Order: sequence, then structure tokens, then C-alpha cells
Amino acid sequence: MLEARQHSGASASPLLEVAGLEAWYGESHILHGVDFQVREGEVVTLLGRNGAGKTTTLKSIMGIIGKRRGSVKFEGREIIRASSDHIARLGVAFCPEERGIFASLDVRENLMLPPEVRPGGLSLDQIFDLFPNLKERLSSSQGTKLSGGEQQMLAIARILRTGARFLMLDEPTEGLAPVIIQQIGRTIARLKSEGFTILLVEQNFRFASTVADRFYIVEHGKIIDGFANADLGANMDKLHTYLGV
Amino acid sequence: MTSITSDPRTPIAIRAARDEATGFVIMTVLLLLVPFSGIYPFFVMQALCFALFACAFNLLIGYGGLLSFGHAMFLGTAGYVSAHASKEWGFPPEFAILTGAAASFGLAVITGYVAIRRLGIYFAMITLALSQLIYFIYLQAPFTHGEDGIQGVPQGKMFGFLDLSNPTVLYYVVLGVFLIGFLIVYRAINSPFGEVLKSIRENEPRAISLGYKADQYKLLAYILSGTLAGLAGGMKVFVAQNASLTDVHWMMSGEVVLMTLIGGLGTIFGPVVGAFIVIAMQQYLAGFGQWVTVIQGAIFVVCVLAFRRGIVGEFAHYFKRSL
Amino acid sequence: MNIQALSAQLLVGLINGSFYALLSLGLAVIFGMLNVINFAHGALYMMGAFCAYFLLNLFGIGYWPALIIAPIVVGLFGILMERSLLQWLTGLDHLYGLLLTFGVALILQGLFQNYFGSSGLPYAIPTELQGGVNLGFMFLPIYRGWVVIFSLVVCLVTWYLIERTQLGAYLRAATENPTLVRAFGINVPRMITLTFGFGVGLAALAGVLSAPINQVRPLMGADLIIVVFAVVVIGGMGSIMGSIITGFALGVIEGLTKYFYPEASNTVVFVFMVLVLLLKPTGLTGRAT
Repeated sequence: MLEARQHSGASASPLLEVAGLEAWYGESHILHGVDFQVREGEVVTLLGRNGAGKTTTLKSIMGIIGKRRGSVKFEGREIIRASSDHIARLGVAFCPEERGIFASLDVRENLMLPPEVRPGGLSLDQIFDLFPNLKERLSSSQGTKLSGGEQQMLAIARILRTGARFLMLDEPTEGLAPVIIQQIGRTIARLKSEGFTILLVEQNFRFASTVADRFYIVEHGKIIDGFANADLGANMDKLHTYLGV
Repeated sequence: MTSITSDPRTPIAIRAARDEATGFVIMTVLLLLVPFSGIYPFFVMQALCFALFACAFNLLIGYGGLLSFGHAMFLGTAGYVSAHASKEWGFPPEFAILTGAAASFGLAVITGYVAIRRLGIYFAMITLALSQLIYFIYLQAPFTHGEDGIQGVPQGKMFGFLDLSNPTVLYYVVLGVFLIGFLIVYRAINSPFGEVLKSIRENEPRAISLGYKADQYKLLAYILSGTLAGLAGGMKVFVAQNASLTDVHWMMSGEVVLMTLIGGLGTIFGPVVGAFIVIAMQQYLAGFGQWVTVIQGAIFVVCVLAFRRGIVGEFAHYFKRSL
Repeated sequence: MNIQALSAQLLVGLINGSFYALLSLGLAVIFGMLNVINFAHGALYMMGAFCAYFLLNLFGIGYWPALIIAPIVVGLFGILMERSLLQWLTGLDHLYGLLLTFGVALILQGLFQNYFGSSGLPYAIPTELQGGVNLGFMFLPIYRGWVVIFSLVVCLVTWYLIERTQLGAYLRAATENPTLVRAFGINVPRMITLTFGFGVGLAALAGVLSAPINQVRPLMGADLIIVVFAVVVIGGMGSIMGSIITGFALGVIEGLTKYFYPEASNTVVFVFMVLVLLLKPTGLTGRAT
């Protein structure tokens, strides 16, 4: 797109501002005060070991964790107390780790399910341009009969239709073949170039380093470090210690 | 090894057993004193039959997590069979009651085998439908005398010397049967069988992965519960001297749920308290038409929304006791 | 074989089947969204019939408007019931929903019994649908034919709404994963409330249809709901079409039983349920639950 907005990052005010975010699953306290920011047009990745609280952070922003405290501001508006349907209508879209393809819906219904929350979502043609395989599978019966990669593409494609400009993707490459991971990487790069803001959770550090502008490290329910992709080389040793790889 | 560490029970379990023993002694003493209190003994005897019925029901829902919405079929079946055995075959009361309980045992084996195939919410619907099937069978079967029921069941002499037509003798016999049934339920709950049952209720996949055959345990609990409900039904025949369709109707299945819910699901003494409350309420409100039904419905709603522990459960929770 | 009598019983079976289908359809839709088996469904069916009766006798509003007004009024009552009572059950064991709605059924049936006794109140067949046609092999009362066809149409429209429209896609998706559907921006709690109102409205509609045939009685839904539970166990609650087909089929089976072995006519559905449980425990169309 010609008028794709390019942001230098540092100069823009934060699109998402998370401060002192705490969250609970039932009785267990998962997040202990998470602080970070995402600026418009950025791709930011949360890294961390299993169980560090990355997914819980996304779910808390989305408003689908029952008990949460602290502050989450989206476009300057406090949303910590908002319900998830309200948050979605502000233009926040979420692609869950388990992908959430509905078995009782066919592929087209899955794709068309999320309602438009803002004008300016991708048209079906633009979506098929990004994910050519989906077009062929459109008439398939059950959404869950697709391959893992196709399900992942469907899960991303359906939230692009809605007009939301802020996407949260939870481990989009998990369990996928390298060639499909590459395709998802190209998709993220393309979305970034078209001005989407993306908050990514990844275990696959190698993949994240190809798409992200900045990284945050999550450990024990807190952000313990953060750096830009440009400083990656200087932080490699620390990163190995954090992630234990 | 000292005697304390060789006791496998935890201090909490010992205290729980002490609470429960205290509760049992108080309950037994109170019930033994009833004939000297001036309280109408027929009312208490009726309540005791229902209390045993509710304890049997509670074994299944409170410890097995299974809601049977057709438990009246056991009460009613045992009632009809005991009444028939006593009146037509001339069985002495003790055999008539046991025959009734045996009939309920048989019914529980058959219906349990069918109902246990679908669990959760389906189990409740299946048991309700099965008991409706039994209801229609009894409505049409000749030996139950349809709408009239079996009337004028002779009380006779239990073991040849306990004259059940004497209200005091009858009272202590009913109390004895109730206490036996109550202790069987208590024993079952606190046996290894009861522990497995509880662990299945808490976390079925885990219990199965530990090697327990969950369905078999549930079926056993169902059969035991149905048989004891039958014992209550057989006993009740000698109190009321009749057996009728009321005892097989779905309304009766609903009442035993209500008794247990009011008293406290999964508490030892809750069903007893609940049975006394529901029976007392029916006595006092008998002249007010269908308002009894309305009030019972309202109690269901209130219990489910605000009072899920029931009376005994709330009491035990507040005073941190095991009852 | 007496064709005349057999077809008459088949017709009665189809009519009962219509009610089974409408009621089990409502139960299935409600269970999908709320995880509640609505024990009050029979009482709400009864309220539908009473609503038609009141409309006629208090306001002079006849059958045709009642066919629309009664489901809306009773549906609104259902919405009130969901908002005031059922919504507090979220996160609790399914069994509590059954117990709560059982309580509501007792309250409703008890109240109506207090004011109207247990006998039936008459409700006339609308003039347009009086009389009958001789089909040669049987005499078909027009009203009965209308009930079967209209119920079938309502069932199929409901099926279409749920299986073929965007609204239905929301509903199916929310049945599977309400959290995610809500995170797409759909107000799932409101959808749950409306779904309950819709299911209740179907029950009330069945009540209006039944008023001219079975009279209007406070306990008209009490035994019916137990049969419908058996229908639901047989059909399983996973499939909308399954509920419809099972409902009509069991009505027909019951009608055939009335002709060939009348003694078993009120038990045949339960016996059939036992057979299904023994042979195919997950129900004829159900997924394992």
C-alpha cells in the first residue's frame, strides 16, 4: 500500500502501555507487575521460558483473564476493567496459541466469523493474496480439518478482516514446518510495512529475531529486560542465560 | 515407633472423626428420647424413613458426584414389594423389608448398568426417565392396584416378638433400622471405597490414571444407594401401612434432592436435618394447597443461588467442624 | 389392519413429535450456550398455552396474534429468568442449573395450580382451521395437520438460522469457545440471554399450538418434559437436525405403539432410550460428552 505509515518508533507515543500488570488464574498469582510499551507500527516480541507469563500477559491485555490489576492503556485509554468484547471493538485483535479454529464452522465461516470493528480491514482479495492456500481450502467442510499451518494462517487471516490495527499473536510458529514459518515471517513483515502494530509471543527466538523491532524478556511474571533488535548482538550472552538455550 | 506416628490418620482426620462421633451421639440420644417428649411419633417415624432415604441419596451425589433424579423408583419399588410380600405372601416384617430392599437392589443393578453409560447432566435425565418408566409400569401392573395402591398392610410381629402395631415398639424398630442404614452409609463413606469415590469426584482423569475403574466405583455407589433407599421404602410401608404411586412419582425424586440440598450435599448429618425440615414443612402447610410446591421450588432456588452448603454444611463451615 | 385407526394414531404421533421436536430443539440450543438443562421448559410450555388463554379471555386477542405474542411474552419472562437467576451459575457444576430450573418449574406449576386447579381450560380451534378433509384413507382434522406442518417449518427455520447464517455461526462458535468469540468483539453474555429467550419462546410456541388440542392445564408440561429429556438423551444434544428428527421419529414410534400395543404407549419412548443407551451410549446423533 502506498500510504503505508512508516514510524521511526522512538518518536511516536505508545499505542499500548502496560504498567504494574498483575493477573491470577484462580488462586495462583501469575503476573507480578508487568511493565512495557508498544509504539505504533512496531513489532515487539515477548520472549521467555515456558510458564514465564507471556501468554497470560496477552490474555490480560485482551481482558480474558478473570482477575487482573494494574494498568493497560490502549491509544491512551485505560482498558484494565473493560470486557474483552469492548477491548476488541477498540481495535485489538488476538490470535491464541491454540489457534481457536472452530470445529462446528466451515473454513469460510471461520474466516468470516470476527465482526468488523473498524473500517479499513483487509478485503478477501488482499487476504488471499497473503495466504493463497486459504482460497483453495475455502469450501472445505470443517475448519479443524485443515493442516496445522493452514489453521494458523486462517487464525491470522480472520483477524485481518476486522479492521483492527493492533494484533497480538501467541506463538504463531509453534509446531509448524520451516517453510510455513517462513511464510508467516513474510506475512508479519508485510503487515508491518502496511502499518500494523504487532505484539508477538515466541519461543522460537531465531524466528523472532527476523521480524521483531524490539524484545522484552519475561520471567516469573515480570519483564526483566528489554532491548532493540539492533542491539541483539551485544545482548546475546544475556539472552542465552535468560532463555537457557 | 510411637503410637502417634503409627496411627495412619492425620490429626485433622482424628478431629473429624471426633466431631462426627459427637454428632452421632447427640442425634441418637435425641432420637431415643422422642417417645418421652410428647412429639407425635408418627411424624418422627416418617421423617426417619425419609432421612434414611436422603442419606442413601446423599451417598451418591455428595460423595460420588452423581445426581440421580429418579431415586423414588427405589423407595417405591421396595414399598410395593414389601407391602405385597407382607399382605399377600404373609412374610414377617423383617423378611418383607429385606425382600423390598432386595428388589431395589435388583432394580439398581439393572438401571445402574444402563444409566452409568452417560455421566454428568445426562445421568440425571436418564435416571429421571427410567423412574418415569417404572412409574408407568406400576400404574398399569395389577399387583400395585394402580391409583389405589396397596392399602391396609398388616404390621405383624418383627422377629416373632416385636409387635409393630404398638407405636413405641414400632418407633424403636424404625429408629434401629435408620441407625443401621445411617452407619452403613457412614462406613461406606469412610472406607477405602469411599475415599476412591471422593477422589473420582474431585478429579476423575487422575483417579483413572491411578488405575481405578471409575465407572465400576460409581456403579457400586449407585447400587448401594439404591438398595439403602429400598430399605427406607420397605420400612416406610410398616409406618404408613400402605404403598402408593406417590412414592414412585418424580415429585418424590425431587423431594429427596431437596432434603439433601437443604441439609447439605456431602455432609454426614445434612440429609437427616433436611428430611426433618421437609417433612415438618409438609405437615404444617398441608392445608395450603399447592403452596407447598411453590415454597419447595423457592427453597430450591434459594439453596442453589445462596446456600449451596446447606444448613449443616454452613454450620460446619462456620465452626470449622466436620459434620 | 385398520388403516383409518392406524393413520389417526400416526397423526397423533406426529403431533406429539412436533412438540418433542420444538421442546428438545430449545433444550439443545439452551444447553449449548448456557450449559444448563432447563427443567422449567415444560412449565414454560404450559405458560405459552396459558398466555394464549389469557390473551383470548382477558383481551379478546385471538389465536393468530397469540402465536406471535405468547412466545415473545414468555420469551421475555425467560430473559428475566436468565438475568435474575441463571447468570449467577456461571462456573458452577451443570447440576446446579438443573436443580435451579427444577425449583422454577415447581414454583410456576404450583402457582398456576393454586389459581386454576388441575383441570383443563378449553381453548377453541380458530375458525379458519376448523373442520377437516377426507383423504380417502383417513379423516384429517385441519388444525392437526396445521400443527404438524407449522412445527416442521419452525424447526427447519431454526435449523437454517443456526446452521446457515452469520448469527448462527456466532452461536455455534460461542457454544465451542465463548471466551474467544467474546474476544472478537461479540457481546457473548447478551447472546446467551437472547438464546435462552429464544429457546423458551420455542417452548411457549409449542404451548400455544397445543392449547386447542390438549386444553390448557397447569401440569400439561410436567410429564411432557420428562419424555423430552428421554428424547434428548436418545438424540444427543450436539446436533440441531438430530433433535428435530429424533423428536418427530419418537412421536411416530409412540403413535405406532398406540395402535399396535396401546399398553406400552406411554413407556415406549423410555424403553427406546434404554435400548439406545445399551447399543449406542453417545446417543443417535450426539458427540461424546
